[in-house]
Amino acid sequence: MSTPTPTTERETLSSRPGGRHDLPLTHPTLPRFAPALVGVMAVAAALLVGLLLGWGLALMTLLAVLVYAVALPLWARIVEGTRAAKDRLVTTLVWSAFVLAMLPLVTLMFEVISKGAKMLTAQFFTYSMRNVIGEGGGIYHAIMGTLLITLFAALISVPVGIMAAVYLVEYGQGKRMARVITFLVDVMTGIPSIVAGLFAYALFVIFFGPGVRMGFGGSIALSVLMIPIVVRSAEEMLKLVPDELREASYALGVPKWRTVVKVVLPTSLAGIVTGVMLAVARVAGETAPLLIIAGDTDSVNFNVFSERMATLPVFIYYSFTQPGVPPEFGEDRAWGAALVLIVIVMSLNLVARAVSKLFSPKTGR
Amino acid sequence: MAKSIDVSDLDIYYGDFLAVEGVSMTIRARSVTALIGPSGCGKSTFLRSLNRMHEVIPGARVDGKIVIDGQNMYDADVDPVQVRRSVGMVFQRPNPFPTMSIYENVLAGNRLNSKRMPKSEADSIVEKSLKGANLWEEVKNRLNKPGSSLSGGQQQRLCIARAIAVEPQVLLMDEPCSALDPISTSAIEDLIHDLKSDYTIVIVTHNMQQAARVSEDTGFFNLAGAGKPGRLVEMNPTSKIFSNPDEPSTEAYISGRFG
Ligand SMILES: Nc1ncnc2c1ncn2[C@@H]1O[C@H](COP(=O)(O)OP(=O)(O)OP(=O)(O)O)[C@@H](O)[C@H]1O
Ligand SMILES: [Mg+2]
Repeated sequence: MSTPTPTTERETLSSRPGGRHDLPLTHPTLPRFAPALVGVMAVAAALLVGLLLGWGLALMTLLAVLVYAVALPLWARIVEGTRAAKDRLVTTLVWSAFVLAMLPLVTLMFEVISKGAKMLTAQFFTYSMRNVIGEGGGIYHAIMGTLLITLFAALISVPVGIMAAVYLVEYGQGKRMARVITFLVDVMTGIPSIVAGLFAYALFVIFFGPGVRMGFGGSIALSVLMIPIVVRSAEEMLKLVPDELREASYALGVPKWRTVVKVVLPTSLAGIVTGVMLAVARVAGETAPLLIIAGDTDSVNFNVFSERMATLPVFIYYSFTQPGVPPEFGEDRAWGAALVLIVIVMSLNLVARAVSKLFSPKTGR
Repeated sequence: MAKSIDVSDLDIYYGDFLAVEGVSMTIRARSVTALIGPSGCGKSTFLRSLNRMHEVIPGARVDGKIVIDGQNMYDADVDPVQVRRSVGMVFQRPNPFPTMSIYENVLAGNRLNSKRMPKSEADSIVEKSLKGANLWEEVKNRLNKPGSSLSGGQQQRLCIARAIAVEPQVLLMDEPCSALDPISTSAIEDLIHDLKSDYTIVIVTHNMQQAARVSEDTGFFNLAGAGKPGRLVEMNPTSKIFSNPDEPSTEAYISGRFG
């Protein structure tokens, strides 16, 4: 065989016109202020057109974005080449999508804060609505109700959810039972929250007779909604634990159940805790099931096992639909409670992040 | 403490797929046995069947007998957990527990089994095992750092320390040096040399020189053909395998005249 020697091979490559040695490593670039410049011009153009035609703010914004998304890539196309132009275009699109997605969140936060912030006084947090007509009162009873009911819901769902996930990942692989459970969990994910409330109510009527109201019933209803979320997130986290760690443990003569408890669960703890926190945050704002089974009251009730219990979502609902006369005070309280609820849910998310930092395996590097 | 192992007519399956067929061999106590052979011929599979780690994989099973200390470890009434306590294993890729410190990693075999022991005893086990694994000097001042903060070669020696901390009878090593530099490799080879007096060691390696350096006996595995199961072609003292093997295919493989 007459294969060319490496030297001749290289020579032919480099001598070929436009061969790989001619590859330019630099190309002209737009000035750094180019995006800002185009942005200013796009805004100016949109303002001009908009004012001339008497458009609203939304239309003008849209026009400005469009002008920007066309002008910048075009300019880049001429100066920098196709790849850079595509990059500019996609960057613009991604940023617009991001802003669009943030819009509802920001406006919602703005609305709630502007209407609810003035309610946040010491009294608001320490008083219940007992014997309050008109101004005054607070949401102490509703905060306690939400915390207690959610706590009990978590106490039910976390063990059940994590154990189900452990079964699915560690023991059920490929078994019929595991497929059935996965299917049921999927179905549970889709249960409307009002149905979960009706279920809890029907369940408690069997034991306590019709008309029963109880905070714990709310916990049951919420855990129906929470369990599938916990199962799903814990399942994903357990699947992330590499098999090598399980095998390392087995090879030391550690039984499977101990491996699960002492190696697999600790390794995935951060993710599981995060998942649980997010699930709690998700159900803490549920209204419909609590409306049915936990009911509402004006006084503080610390006993989840008897009598009606107020919760923040239900409190908001009633303060809005039946604000009393005059309606301002009730509506103000509703906004204040909404703000508190949002803050609670957000701080749960923050706690989840902190916790996952705290528990995640340390690399020490 | 060390035990010899008798393997007879071992067939190893992954589901319906017969990966290794008809292996019979004797692994001598207090000696190093090397397993060599081309990739995919079933060395790891065979090694994992020696401490019943093979069946951990769903659908995987084994036919045949492996007798250690007069007992067939595949008898129905044998507890695989007990087998693994006396036959330890070091994997190809170092796998320290990421949630544990260096100290806890060494003690993992004891701690995970909830064995209670006084602090002084635990300390001495850690020191002894790390010294045994040639790692003590490098880590003695940072025992509480996470195990994953070590370099790859140090992690591998940590895994060896972890394996010998439970004092098994047999130590299985699957390409323990394949990811290591020459210095760590030679540290581990020295270690194998030292461990030989107390342990029965089986080591899988792709490195002929390594097999020649560390082992007393060598087994050559090969595939009968594409898609056919792997089998043991020849098992002989290492000196014989490398100078004057019985089988022409062994000679071809060792001298590199082989696909
Ligand atoms: N988990 C598994 N499931 C199914 N088949 C497998 C599995 N692991 C290995 N095998 C198959 O078993 C055969 C032997 O694989 P094995 O890993 O034992 O080879 P090896 O000799 O260790 O190779 P290498 O030198 O590359 O590590 C191969 O055909 C492989 O495809
Ligand atoms: Mg292998």
